[in-house]
Amino acid sequence: MISAVENIQPANAPASARGGAIQIEDVVKVYDPEGAAVMAVDHCSLDIKAGEICMIVGPSGCGKTTLLNAIAGFHDITSGSIHMDGELLCGPGKPMAEPGSDRIVVFQNGALFPWRTNLENVIFGPVMQGTMTKAQAIDKARGMMADAGLNDVEYNYPGEISSGVRRRVEIVRALMNDPKVLLFDEPYRALDSLTKSVMHEALLEIYYRNPVTIFFITHDLEEALFVGHRVVIMTTRPCKPKKILDVDIPHPRDYGVLTSKRFRELMEETVDAVHEEALKAFDRGEKEG
Amino acid sequence: MATAASAHAGSLRSGPFKKLPVRSLRRGVVSIIVFLVLWEIGSRFGEWTGISLPWIGRVPPPTDVLVTWNTLLTDQGYWYSWYQTYLRVFAGFLAAMVVGIPFGLAMAISRSAYGILFPPFEVLRPIPPLAWVPASIIFWPTQELSIAFVTFLGAFYTIVINVLGGAKSIDVRYFQAAQSMGASSWNVFSRIILPGTLPSIFVGAAVGMGITWEVVVAAEMISGGGGAIQGGSGGGLGFFIWNSYVGGSDTQIVVGMISIGIAGYVSSSLIRLLGTFATPWLRQR
Repeated sequence: MISAVENIQPANAPASARGGAIQIEDVVKVYDPEGAAVMAVDHCSLDIKAGEICMIVGPSGCGKTTLLNAIAGFHDITSGSIHMDGELLCGPGKPMAEPGSDRIVVFQNGALFPWRTNLENVIFGPVMQGTMTKAQAIDKARGMMADAGLNDVEYNYPGEISSGVRRRVEIVRALMNDPKVLLFDEPYRALDSLTKSVMHEALLEIYYRNPVTIFFITHDLEEALFVGHRVVIMTTRPCKPKKILDVDIPHPRDYGVLTSKRFRELMEETVDAVHEEALKAFDRGEKEG
Repeated sequence: MATAASAHAGSLRSGPFKKLPVRSLRRGVVSIIVFLVLWEIGSRFGEWTGISLPWIGRVPPPTDVLVTWNTLLTDQGYWYSWYQTYLRVFAGFLAAMVVGIPFGLAMAISRSAYGILFPPFEVLRPIPPLAWVPASIIFWPTQELSIAFVTFLGAFYTIVINVLGGAKSIDVRYFQAAQSMGASSWNVFSRIILPGTLPSIFVGAAVGMGITWEVVVAAEMISGGGGAIQGGSGGGLGFFIWNSYVGGSDTQIVVGMISIGIAGYVSSSLIRLLGTFATPWLRQR
């Protein structure tokens, strides 16, 4: 099997220069260590290369989001460590990472500020960090929004546009921060399947222009195989990698991939593993989450 | 791309006066006219298709009320009552906003502020503003201040509760996103907490404004016509009603009541209008 990452890197050279490699080592997260301890993440190790799209697939409530929150710096970990480009994010002596503009989350239900227009949302990061003046940020934002086909919603509020367009605005807002890693927490979960298919292509298009590392949580196997370089199938809670699969379909991809023979083979290879974990989670009565 | 959104882009930017609510305006006018006609018939005849209406016969018919109102339109004391009551309402209301909004925000942001301020607030909150009337007459140096204080209380609790609830219910994702993008604590406050609470502030203000009108009128009646001119008909609309009752003028009582209705409606509309301008992202789309 050819490593998909090597496959795309020559075409998108800045990936390694930009950094964004994530090393997750032996991470454990136990909620409420005093009382009824619930282990959400169990000795999970995973290396994500700079510029890779790593898809994390697992049943609802398996602890994927816990892992994402640890990288983002929203929650602490119980033991283990997470490094980015060799620097410690969290680990021994530092249970919680600092949130930072090098790791931006695109949230499940979206987190565009409803009281700011889309353009005002997109310029938020650089203006807050003081890396750009407002005028410079607006210039850059206009360019990026135009690239993503969003220039005619600049002055709309997020509440005035469809949820698919909102997600795209949010990805552009994230990219405005020049992040090393984008953390996606099931961003397309609430979208209908037709919108989803459009969103996947749009995401890849944006990615080809800005090849940052992407840590993408989903429980949609088709989404994972279509978008990702690698698909990591997680066990149900406590979560750890059960199967890691290189998706050796060359980038750039478009929707034609979905009907290709290789795609169907990969689907067959993984669907059992996913189904098995989903069954376990179902039997245990995990709530959707 | 973005075609679905762009198709509507033109109409999405229109302001609060997007379309004149002609139909609902017509309905409103018709319903008021019908109400007045029924009232007129009821008070004139004291019965309705053979069934006698026990109390309405004593209520002056709208035409009589209008006649009295017409003579009052040139009465300086009547307008002075409006002016005085408005002054008290706005003094109390503005004070409630100025004190209540920071008070509520402080409790929402700081755990220790919440711990210190919330218990006494909750003990005082169930005391109806009108129960404060005797105490405030005694404790405040002027009658004007005591009425304004009671009015203040009417709006204060509602505003604080709304601000507190509004700020607390801001989605944690907004804080996480803002933090990730490098917002300082001050920026989190000014760009997330404040705008996120704004809709609740206006809800609290509109409700508080309504309570303010209920309270001010009662306070005026109880405390008597301070600052009255022209034979006591200038002590605010509440005192105007009381004075009309003492003077035995039934029509004038009704004029006072309707005046309060109109004044309260105008005040609340004003707040709603301000709210529409201050929270453009919530406008009807």
